[in-house]
Amino acid sequence: MSQFVINLLFVGASFALYIGIAIWARAGSTSEFYAAGRGVHPVTNGMATAADWMSAASFISMAGLIAFVGYDNSTYLMGWTGGYVLLALLLAPYLRKFGKFTVSEFIGDRFYSPTARLVAVICLIVASTTYVIGQMTGVGVAFGRFLEVSNTAGLLIGACVVFAYAVFGGMKGVTYTQVAQYVVLILAYTIPAIFISLQLTGNPIPALGLFGDSVSSGEPLLAKLDQIVTELGFNEYTAHHGDTFNMVLFTLSLMIGTAGLPHVIMRFFTVPKVSDARWSAGWALVFIALLYLTAPAVGAMARLNITEMFWPNGTDGDAVAVQTIETDPEYNWMLTWQKTGLLGWEDKNGDGMIQYYNDASPEMQAKAAENGWVGNELTNFNRDILVLANPEIANLPGWVIGLVAAGGLAAALSTAAGLLLAISSAVSHDLIKGAINPNISEKGELLSARIAMAVAIAVATYLGLNPPGFAAQTVALAFGLAAASIFPALMMGIFSTRINNVGAVAGMLAGLITTLVYIFLHKGWFFIPDTNSFTDADPLFLTVQSTSFGAIGAAINFAVAYGVAGMTKETPPEIVELVESVRVPRGAGSAQAH
Amino acid sequence: MSDESNAYWQANIRLIKWSLVIWAVVPFGFGILLRPFLKGISVGGADLGFWVAQQGAILVFLALIFFYAFRMNKLDRDFGVDEQ
Repeated sequence: MSQFVINLLFVGASFALYIGIAIWARAGSTSEFYAAGRGVHPVTNGMATAADWMSAASFISMAGLIAFVGYDNSTYLMGWTGGYVLLALLLAPYLRKFGKFTVSEFIGDRFYSPTARLVAVICLIVASTTYVIGQMTGVGVAFGRFLEVSNTAGLLIGACVVFAYAVFGGMKGVTYTQVAQYVVLILAYTIPAIFISLQLTGNPIPALGLFGDSVSSGEPLLAKLDQIVTELGFNEYTAHHGDTFNMVLFTLSLMIGTAGLPHVIMRFFTVPKVSDARWSAGWALVFIALLYLTAPAVGAMARLNITEMFWPNGTDGDAVAVQTIETDPEYNWMLTWQKTGLLGWEDKNGDGMIQYYNDASPEMQAKAAENGWVGNELTNFNRDILVLANPEIANLPGWVIGLVAAGGLAAALSTAAGLLLAISSAVSHDLIKGAINPNISEKGELLSARIAMAVAIAVATYLGLNPPGFAAQTVALAFGLAAASIFPALMMGIFSTRINNVGAVAGMLAGLITTLVYIFLHKGWFFIPDTNSFTDADPLFLTVQSTSFGAIGAAINFAVAYGVAGMTKETPPEIVELVESVRVPRGAGSAQAH
Repeated sequence: MSDESNAYWQANIRLIKWSLVIWAVVPFGFGILLRPFLKGISVGGADLGFWVAQQGAILVFLALIFFYAFRMNKLDRDFGVDEQ
């Protein structure tokens, strides 16, 4: 059976499973559509949150970014997990006690202002749409590979599948489907990692293997990796090279953004009790940590495997021959990935070999001149292909490769579905029912929810064709936007009675606009290529890259809100009472209708 | 706000403050800023800071959340504000 057929079988079987569950648990009323009737156990909820949360960025993209940069990209690991501490301590229990369905409802009620609710909805839509662009990038890579078509064709097919999938059910369908997706994606991520860790270090646990000794040479794996990459002129893997200030800000942005993303926060509305909301955040992180503790091992081990693959005789010996790549089954993955347009090589000096090295390094330029090399001949290695190509690179059995294809799609689909749900509920529930037409029928509300989904996915697909970065980088921008707009409003709403309606609105707008403008200045206006005035290599403000600005945006939000609130009327007593009741678990009802 | 519920909230804020100190010191301190000073402590081919940045911080976050949930649920009962 060819690999193509195996991939199709795995992907097809996993899809049949999710759709089967979605039909079985189809949403009936609107309240079920949004919050699953509040009957979800914390462990189940944690698992579904993990699937919702771990997207194409975590599954497909992150390990690749770590692999090619090393220590400096640990920011993704710390940032995307540290946010759960903020969620658990600062938001989840209180929002559950408040007991409504959406984030913007809380903001609208707490700041006693339809304007605040409207601004929150806009913030949610901007952040979620950016997030979906990142997902579509990942969907394009995954579909391109498993259907063996170009990246663009993969993206278009993927968009249709995501849409059909998201329209199927509401949260309830999605909750149980996402449990299934979690199982598929975590198996798909860890099984190849275990195989590879055993091959390289003899340790079945990748997180321990990463700090273990290499089976072939007996020296520590990371020391070996450091040595081999520096011999090719690349940065030492375990060392710090980038800007420290930017690294801190970036990590902080990801953390705050995690606690400000609507599709994750919405999850905590669906647990039965306030105490369960606290446990839920912990369980979510347990399931997330299984992948996040494995990811750095996947990255380092893949980097080692890839480098050795191009230098089978060591960095002093001959590089891999073009003929070997074209004929040796071990190199077959390169031919399949070449079809997607995301991997490319070129024998520039015509010596029949592919030299992979850092041609920007002065030492390597000297060595290249000596050996007659005329530049790095691995001309394109898209970071987003690393995880999906990893089992093929390590020569693992066909079923593992099929499983990884299914897992990558599960990750991208589950998050895209969760985000589309957040966008559609923001538009239909908050925007149309909450502001434009309060008398809309349930049917009309569901219909407008689906139209909003279709529009969001069309925009994301269009921008996904020319994404502002690799999947995880685009997603990081979405986190920056959420960090600058939503999180501060929620936190101040719970922890300060002083912040009033005007303060909150001014804060959210200031945070959102400064961050959005900063991002557009560096990534192009509305992410249209070549409309940027600055680059992340040479940013506008100090060393702060566009992906790191969210933390500054959040600080602006807090400062403006406090400043404006100090100059305007105090919060009315009934709102102070509301805040005080939110702080105490007792009296949290079950689902509250409107 | 009654004294009772005020005391409950103050206890909660204290717990949150100390938890957030650990939340900040481990990744930003040990994982990034203090890493050069901890270079001497080696962990399997790298150093402590590298391990914290790629593994340790995540484990600490997990411990923090479960610790907080456990303490808060107990605090709820002590102050009689838990859900019945």
